[in-house]
Amino acid sequence: MTAPAAPLARRRRLLPAWFRDVLSRPSGAIGLAIIVVHLTIALLAPAIVPYDFAAQDSKAMFAEPSAQHWLGGDHLGRDVLTRTLMGGREAILVSTMATGVAVLWGGLFGIFLAFAGRFVDEASMRMVDALLAIPWILFVMLFVAGLGTGMGVLIPILGISYGLSIVRVVRAAALDVVTRDFILAARARGERRSVVIIHEMLPNVLDTLAVQAAMTWSWMLLGFSSLSFLGFGATPPTPDWGLMIADARSAMMVSPWPVLAPMIALSSLIIGINLLSDGLAKALGVDRMKKSAV
Amino acid sequence: METRPDVIAADDLQIGFVTRAGELAAIVDGVSLSLRHGVSLGLAGESGCGKSTLLLALMGHAKAGLAVTHGACRFEGRSLFEMPEAELDALRGKRIAMVPQNAGQALTPTLRIGAQIDEVLRFHTDLGPAERHERVRDLIDRVQLPSPAELARRYPHELSGGQQQRIAVAMALAVDPVLLLLDEPTTGLDVTTQLRILELLRELADQSGTAMVCVSHDIGVIARLCDEVAVMYAGRIVETGSADEVLVRPKHPYARGLLASIPRLKTGAVPEPIPGRPPTMGRMPQGCRFALRCDHVRDRCRAEMPPLWPMAGGAVACHFAEELPPWQRPHDLAATVLAAADRQPVLRVEDIAITYARPGLFDRFGLGGTAPSRAVDGVSFTLEHGEVLGLVGESGSGKSTILRGIAGLWPLAQGTIRLADGSDLSLSVDERPRDVLRRVQLVFQNPDASLNPRRTIREILARPLAIYHGLSGEAAGVRMAELLADVRLGEDYLDRLPSQLSGGEKQRVAIARAFAADPEIILCDEVTSALDVSVQASILNLLADLCASRGVACIMVSHDLAVVRAVARRIAVLYRGRLCEIGPAAEVTLAPRHPYTCALVGAVLEPEPGLPVETGPVLIEERGGGPGGCSFRGRCPRALPRCAEAVPDILPVDPGHAVRCHRVETVA
Repeated sequence: MTAPAAPLARRRRLLPAWFRDVLSRPSGAIGLAIIVVHLTIALLAPAIVPYDFAAQDSKAMFAEPSAQHWLGGDHLGRDVLTRTLMGGREAILVSTMATGVAVLWGGLFGIFLAFAGRFVDEASMRMVDALLAIPWILFVMLFVAGLGTGMGVLIPILGISYGLSIVRVVRAAALDVVTRDFILAARARGERRSVVIIHEMLPNVLDTLAVQAAMTWSWMLLGFSSLSFLGFGATPPTPDWGLMIADARSAMMVSPWPVLAPMIALSSLIIGINLLSDGLAKALGVDRMKKSAV
Repeated sequence: METRPDVIAADDLQIGFVTRAGELAAIVDGVSLSLRHGVSLGLAGESGCGKSTLLLALMGHAKAGLAVTHGACRFEGRSLFEMPEAELDALRGKRIAMVPQNAGQALTPTLRIGAQIDEVLRFHTDLGPAERHERVRDLIDRVQLPSPAELARRYPHELSGGQQQRIAVAMALAVDPVLLLLDEPTTGLDVTTQLRILELLRELADQSGTAMVCVSHDIGVIARLCDEVAVMYAGRIVETGSADEVLVRPKHPYARGLLASIPRLKTGAVPEPIPGRPPTMGRMPQGCRFALRCDHVRDRCRAEMPPLWPMAGGAVACHFAEELPPWQRPHDLAATVLAAADRQPVLRVEDIAITYARPGLFDRFGLGGTAPSRAVDGVSFTLEHGEVLGLVGESGSGKSTILRGIAGLWPLAQGTIRLADGSDLSLSVDERPRDVLRRVQLVFQNPDASLNPRRTIREILARPLAIYHGLSGEAAGVRMAELLADVRLGEDYLDRLPSQLSGGEKQRVAIARAFAADPEIILCDEVTSALDVSVQASILNLLADLCASRGVACIMVSHDLAVVRAVARRIAVLYRGRLCEIGPAAEVTLAPRHPYTCALVGAVLEPEPGLPVETGPVLIEERGGGPGGCSFRGRCPRALPRCAEAVPDILPVDPGHAVRCHRVETVA
């Protein structure tokens, strides 16, 4: 606190302080490493996989892991390693973009509600509560049944339904900020509402939003995979973890690898994201009780 | 001679934590003290000097992350930190009791008051249920709360802050402890309530011979309550002795600085700040820890840590204590002379009322019968060019609400507020023209809340410059440097975040932000109540200087009459939303006319023992009252039948001095 030159020097470092803080924690560093590995695989998979993901080889049907097929073959004789490496591409793409949608609308609407009058706020929140009471998967299936399963449908639908919980969390964080004197000071100064929101409010809820985004991402991944498992997500023959688990499930006792491999891949990515959001929450101080003068 | 061992003794006690760099940072460092039975000791010092840590150590507790690294703490000869946990538990609450700072938070909200006091008795005594029931009532009665049986059935939130604090005292006294620890026992309470709690503690301690240790940032509280005083600085005791000696003839330069920084009402002295701030824990200077801020520092001070050595009436840790010039209490303020004629009013507040209208469901449909309660009712005053007007009252008197009304943040239910040129301030902020907004600026109570923690000082100061003066880029940069210089901060502060500043520095930035608008009027809402006394003095001086040099008028709201007296030219006293007295600062504080002002003035505690305190009217509990008539009559020692019938008018008694009381004779 007393060293006057330190803050200036710190600002010019390569990585921002909060990011270095995330990396200095085991959960943050391990989580980020897992995510980076997954993203790299997803990007490079078409170039590095040993086989065509759709190629069927009758000799490899239910094959045990071997030198040719490291993770064996599935019920159609397709290479499990190839399909597992490729299987995250659609899931990651859809979940990332849908998370973006969720954070954007959830964050903005949450902040808006904190500034809106009591009536609008109450009415909107009761509606959010009502929607949250409906199992999300029913909600999504309803739309998918009507509109089809393309990415253009899944991304907005997933984004909107997962954004509901972001609205709640961000609204709560924003309500805490709204009562503070610097917001009142800005109003007394005659600032426009947009300036108050962007200049005064947003920086103070960004922490909460970042942690919430990471958590939503992991839920979204699980959600999309569940949809695929049920046949509402990725369409065959696209290799997809959820779809692979569904396809190979019936022969699991005979040939476990076609189920285990995508399961391990999916869980490891979800664990990685959860570790990162944990590290993020600790670094940003969102998990701790907010210190505020009573 | 005394045969019993001391109640509590600390012997070269060191409590600290290990820093990331692996060094030991001592919060309490080499403290020795001993306390005899029935004696009360006050611990004084700025925040962060180790007072609270030491207090907790006296009941064998170290805060999480802290450990006793050296020395010992003995209660009646037995070392507290070597005692088994079970034995400590039996001791705490029974032999050693504590009154926490904020009783409202220390009481369990879901248990009735009686049940909570009963718990102490059940745990520490063998009394049966019927006896305990009786005892609970006795205790509530002993802390002078009305109708004990009924009160025991209430929940904590149904009690006022002062009543909660008394329940905390009752719980501490439940099993007649020999040592009572008080952590800021009256902080946050109104002055009149504070005085009542202190009187009660003093009386109870005298009756039962309980020894007390009291931590307080308010030297006035210590002067009123304690026989002995220890002044702490950066984890060490720098001066100790009897209150009569230490508070009247302080020897250590720090103790002197601390006493000089306190605004005094009755002697009316200008507070002087102590420059600089305490060293950071873990980065202590090698020699005397006060050397960096001391006016009398010499080479030896920087090299060698002074031990605590005995001097007349106590002990002092200063190499040159004997060579220092004799201490002089800050001199008296000259009575402020009023030159009424040449003062132009800049603000006229006329007969305003502000309501806390919270329309319920029934009101919306016109079914509610009750009128909304008036937080401010019929207040009129003028603010003159370049003057500081103090607005004083207890919590809930409506003083902050008036400020919000002037700032346009609360709508007026009645009346008008105008600037000198006739600009209407009855409009809300959203309706006011930008130039009118510029001319009235607010400074808030707590700079932690009023400065955006995510914005640098540069960004914070840039907004008013951009909005009101259209300044940006280099021109704004130049102006910001000037503004920071005006509040005695360097240009290097521009790129810091508020969290990298101390409390006093943050408040300076908040003041700079207000002055960035080039205002005519500054509204200050308890601007020093979140700060240490030594810092408070510098903020008060700064505000007074800035207002005087720029001809800016200022309304200073405070619950502390002494603070207002130090800077204000005129003082207005509020009670329950009504002005009851307004006049020149010296007249209002030295010769108050309204019974409520008399009570307020009487309840102010001066940082010197033995000064008379007028307890009479203050100790009167609210009774009667009700709508109609004078709102103060329920507590007034001089109430007449007439007071219940009609609200008195506020009438002039002297030029520039008006009082709202039936019993005061007016000039007319």
